[in-house]
Amino acid sequence: MTKQISAGFRKKRRATFFLLLLLIGPVFVVFTVFVILPVFQAAAYSLYRWNGLGPPTDFRGLQNFVVLVKDTIFQKALTHNILIVVFSLVVELPIALSLAIIVGRGRLKLAVFFRTFFFLPFVLSEVITGVLWQFIYQPQYGLINSLVKTFSPASHVIAPLGDPSTVFWAILIVIIWKYFGLHMTIYIAGLQGIPSELEEAARIDGASSAQVLRFIVLPLLATTIQITVFFSIIGSFQIFDLIWAMGQGDPVNGAETMVTYLYKFGFQRFNLGYGSSVAVVIFVICLTFSIVYQRLLLRERQG
Amino acid sequence: MKRYVAIAAVCVAGFLFAACSAGSTGPAKVSFWHIDVQHKDFWQGLANKYTAAHPNVTITITVLDNEAFKAKAATVMQSGNPPDLFQSWGGGVMAEYASAGLLRDITKWVKGTDWGKTMAPGVIAVYSYKGKQYGMPYDMGAVTFWYNKDMLAKAGYTSFPNTWDDFVAMLTKLKSTGVTPVALSEGDKWPGMFWWAYLAMRIGGEPAFDNILSGQGKFTDPPFIQAGQKLVQLSGLKVFEDGFLGAKQADGAALVGNAKAAMELMGQWGPSVEASSAVNKVGIGASLDTAPFPTVAGGAGAGTDVLGGGNGFAVGKNAPDAAVDFLKFVTSVDNNSTLAATGSIVPTAIGADAAITDPLMKAVKGIVDKAGYFQLYLDQFYTPAVGGAINDAVQQIFAGTQTPDQAAAAIQAAYDANK
Repeated sequence: MTKQISAGFRKKRRATFFLLLLLIGPVFVVFTVFVILPVFQAAAYSLYRWNGLGPPTDFRGLQNFVVLVKDTIFQKALTHNILIVVFSLVVELPIALSLAIIVGRGRLKLAVFFRTFFFLPFVLSEVITGVLWQFIYQPQYGLINSLVKTFSPASHVIAPLGDPSTVFWAILIVIIWKYFGLHMTIYIAGLQGIPSELEEAARIDGASSAQVLRFIVLPLLATTIQITVFFSIIGSFQIFDLIWAMGQGDPVNGAETMVTYLYKFGFQRFNLGYGSSVAVVIFVICLTFSIVYQRLLLRERQG
Repeated sequence: MKRYVAIAAVCVAGFLFAACSAGSTGPAKVSFWHIDVQHKDFWQGLANKYTAAHPNVTITITVLDNEAFKAKAATVMQSGNPPDLFQSWGGGVMAEYASAGLLRDITKWVKGTDWGKTMAPGVIAVYSYKGKQYGMPYDMGAVTFWYNKDMLAKAGYTSFPNTWDDFVAMLTKLKSTGVTPVALSEGDKWPGMFWWAYLAMRIGGEPAFDNILSGQGKFTDPPFIQAGQKLVQLSGLKVFEDGFLGAKQADGAALVGNAKAAMELMGQWGPSVEASSAVNKVGIGASLDTAPFPTVAGGAGAGTDVLGGGNGFAVGKNAPDAAVDFLKFVTSVDNNSTLAATGSIVPTAIGADAAITDPLMKAVKGIVDKAGYFQLYLDQFYTPAVGGAINDAVQQIFAGTQTPDQAAAAIQAAYDANK
């Protein structure tokens, strides 16, 4: 009797095992081959001086990393990434949240129109956005300069992408313009998950709009905000396409980021060993951040 | 059991057959990659003509856009399996492939042969590395000034100045007539490199560049520093368009094509890009003329020395003899003439220039033929790492963020690190 039970139990367990293998197996294989292995491969390549042709043989130890850390262009690139993070958090996300609160709760008549309208920039591909804004910023025929010339013919030509001191800020505006719609949409989804009874109850208790926002909407939106913060920081560290399309991080590395730096000094210059060391640094930064962030949030939730 | 033996026998026979076919007389397969999308019918026609005369050869053509080619080439090169015949600009990238053993040495086909005599030695040398030949060009042009005759006339010049000092004086006069004297697409970096390279060539001559290769000289030698100083002088005169540091090639070309700027320093493709970037899609037409880079007083370089480059094909390491023979066919006087007649290349075969109908291309060809010293574009000539460092350094000079000395030191540092 007991034998029979245990056999049935074993059978069931085996079925579960096969089900898990079926469901997780393919993902596990794909993830290992295309994500885990390349990470270790890049870590190995980063110890070589290697032009990408043939197997790497010229072992240099940590030489690549020493050069990388000392390189002022890389420091500049890292600074730009950090600035993008900061501005995403203090400008982009608050804009997205405010707009979500305005258009996301269906009180405004044109809410649906505005939701779509604000989301549009995100729909465009990065390269198309880059080309579009290049036209807008173009010094001779561009939109901005045409407007400036119309209203004040004597003023100087503005060339935001042609000046090392302004190019970063010009692109930062585009980054915020492009991505706030995504975060706004995530916030709207979060807002719609908040039961309206809570707000009604608070109103009956005499809460003002500001109080409803402060004590009901924001606390219930906290998880959503945490997710957008996470996405926006990781995205800021990995940004490439838009910057590449708007002048490849130049003039004079004025808008260089870590990934444009990787592409330029790794791929374009046949220094794949050095490029791998840049990739390792980016990976470590993102991984460390992810782990620390998750830990902090978990602790907060438990506490 | 018997069946397995039979299969094995078939396999062995197949192997022997395949081994035989690798010989020069048996059938041969040639994979051929080019990026001349505009004239793909021409290249297909050449392949058809060749295979008609050599029925045992099959040629498979892959046509790729420039950027797509570069991306795909990087992948196949890393896999160690290059096409038999593929687009190459010669110089440093080709040298990287050659030193990795990815190219076939075709020296014996070219050196001292009839084929080798169909082109000028300097032109052939662009496709050699350490004395060995790895490919051959079909298009080799010069970087020249493309200028607007009418604008120069308005500033009081009926011909283009021969010396740097006269040239700078002219730019000032041009500026006072209200036009942008020079369109410089420095957002792409290599257009500025043309200026720096030409100045270094005019000041230091061929020895300055030879010394670097032999290790006797450095990029911090006077010719390269002085070239930088002359660029600083130009920047100070504000002769370039507003925002030139961010301008792409098409931006600069549009200024010349729309008659807003008086000139640009550009390769043989200058007029066609000006035309396609202009509002009217034809450019400034008969007002356009070309002139060589002026000489610098006291410089060691001749006014006839040329900075240039073009297109050609490199031969992959597994290429059969038929691939080399097809390359010879492609670069022959007859076939080179046919392509030259389209007006989009500067032919390399001696005698093919008779087929050029466009007077401006004829002028460029004349400049190339007179060159005693032909220098490939510096960003192609050196390895990609050094070429990139040169382009970066020149942009720094134009932006005023590095002095000519600092820029030269940065280039030398990259050169030392990538020897």
